[in-house]
Amino acid sequence: MRVYLDNAATTKTAPEVAEAMQPFFVEKYGNASSMHSFGEEAKEALENARQLIANYVNAEPEQIIFTSGGTEGDNLAIKGTAYALKNKGKHIITSKFEHPAVLECCQSLEKRGFDVTYLNVSRDGFVNPEDVRKAIRDDTILVTVMHANNEIGTIQDVESIGKICSEKDIVFHTDAVQSLGKVLLDVKEVNVDIVSFSAHKIHGPKSIGALFVRDKKQLQPLFHGGAQEFSLCPGTENVSGAVGFAKAVDMLSETDVKRMTELRDYLIEKLLEIPEACLNGSRENRLCNNVNVSFSHIEGESILLGLDDQGVAVSTGSACTSKKLEPSHVLLALGVKPEEAHGSIRLSLSKYTAKEEIDYVIKAVKEVVESLRKISPLGK
Amino acid sequence: MYSEKVIEHFKKPHNVGKIEDADGVGTVGNRACGDVMKLYIKVKDNKIVDIKFETMGCAAAIATSSIITDLAKGKTIEEAMKITKDNVVEELEGLPPVKVHCSLLAIDALHAAIKDFKDKKK
Repeated sequence: MRVYLDNAATTKTAPEVAEAMQPFFVEKYGNASSMHSFGEEAKEALENARQLIANYVNAEPEQIIFTSGGTEGDNLAIKGTAYALKNKGKHIITSKFEHPAVLECCQSLEKRGFDVTYLNVSRDGFVNPEDVRKAIRDDTILVTVMHANNEIGTIQDVESIGKICSEKDIVFHTDAVQSLGKVLLDVKEVNVDIVSFSAHKIHGPKSIGALFVRDKKQLQPLFHGGAQEFSLCPGTENVSGAVGFAKAVDMLSETDVKRMTELRDYLIEKLLEIPEACLNGSRENRLCNNVNVSFSHIEGESILLGLDDQGVAVSTGSACTSKKLEPSHVLLALGVKPEEAHGSIRLSLSKYTAKEEIDYVIKAVKEVVESLRKISPLGK
Repeated sequence: MYSEKVIEHFKKPHNVGKIEDADGVGTVGNRACGDVMKLYIKVKDNKIVDIKFETMGCAAAIATSSIITDLAKGKTIEEAMKITKDNVVEELEGLPPVKVHCSLLAIDALHAAIKDFKDKKK
């Protein structure tokens, strides 16, 4: 049996998505910026896609900018805001457990004279909105806190953070790459100014994403060379990608979320039956598809490869799989001890995950953990 | 990422376990770094007649532990001391650059076990 439980890394492209994209390769291949009929049909498809994605988050279509994905979206949101508002102030607030796309943007801005506050997170994986309020200074121009964490799936209180930012007239960006389709984010309800989305986490194609931008005047482009995407993300439009993304959004369903939640809870319950296993991140306010567990006395890469040998794909927060040889910055930010972080694995479900697959995975994890503990000198 | 030989030793490591009446025991690494190796040796007439290991670590750490036991078994103490990290890497048909330190850890564990054996003899 082969079981894919690494859907937080990427997902299978839905066959319906692939099918919807097909005509835009060999048939409707026009440049969406061209005036002839080939261009027109591409443009129409692109704008329909934009409208559909806008509707899903309750935005206006002109507030949706297509990007190449989450990383580009985060770069444009953070650096674009910083450059546009640098005369207003040079202080940015973020958290210690953001995705590298956000953290490394902030670090690069520090080298350019910006000042960044990295907020602590609680043991169960939340940024306290009051900490955001306390960190705000007169020169704060941007707050960037993710909607849901990519490693432990904890859902942040963006509503409260957004409210604080709006009171203080500070731009609030959230990376919603992991939460799209799993936690509803209505941009008219929540005071959020910029949101990053990506298609390939929701069974859409890779290399396409979108940025919701409430006020485009507060954003400076990072690339130049055309008027596409309101001049904020120039370059020939990825029409097939946008069509695929929209199809994936169109297929999102509450029923899938409910089913994944049930399977997630079952998986957590069974994995915690293993001695000296603990769940990383809160059990409540957690993405419907995220399970992150640490097993004492063993190391994550070994667990990953042991599971891979049984056909099960997961990921790990162990240092041994990172090029820097440091354990997950997310788990360390929570205050998880390095030795526990080394023994962590993340299992992320999708709407395609079946109960039989979960049962197979539970059995496989139990076997692998037991055999690695037999080899380990610790815990005896 | 890994050679077939590394995966082979990771999946079916040789000489796993502990020797209750070992003549020398070497423990290296630390939990916070994610690698701990414990090597046990039994010595008779200056020869390593039995060797076993227990390791917590990645696939490379487990494979290098396994291969060092193969390399050292049956050798005299002097011969065993001559085993280098290059021997370990070569025997495993290569290691990714970031994992080469695991082969050093295996050598350190063997040296620590031999030192323990010598100290006990004194």
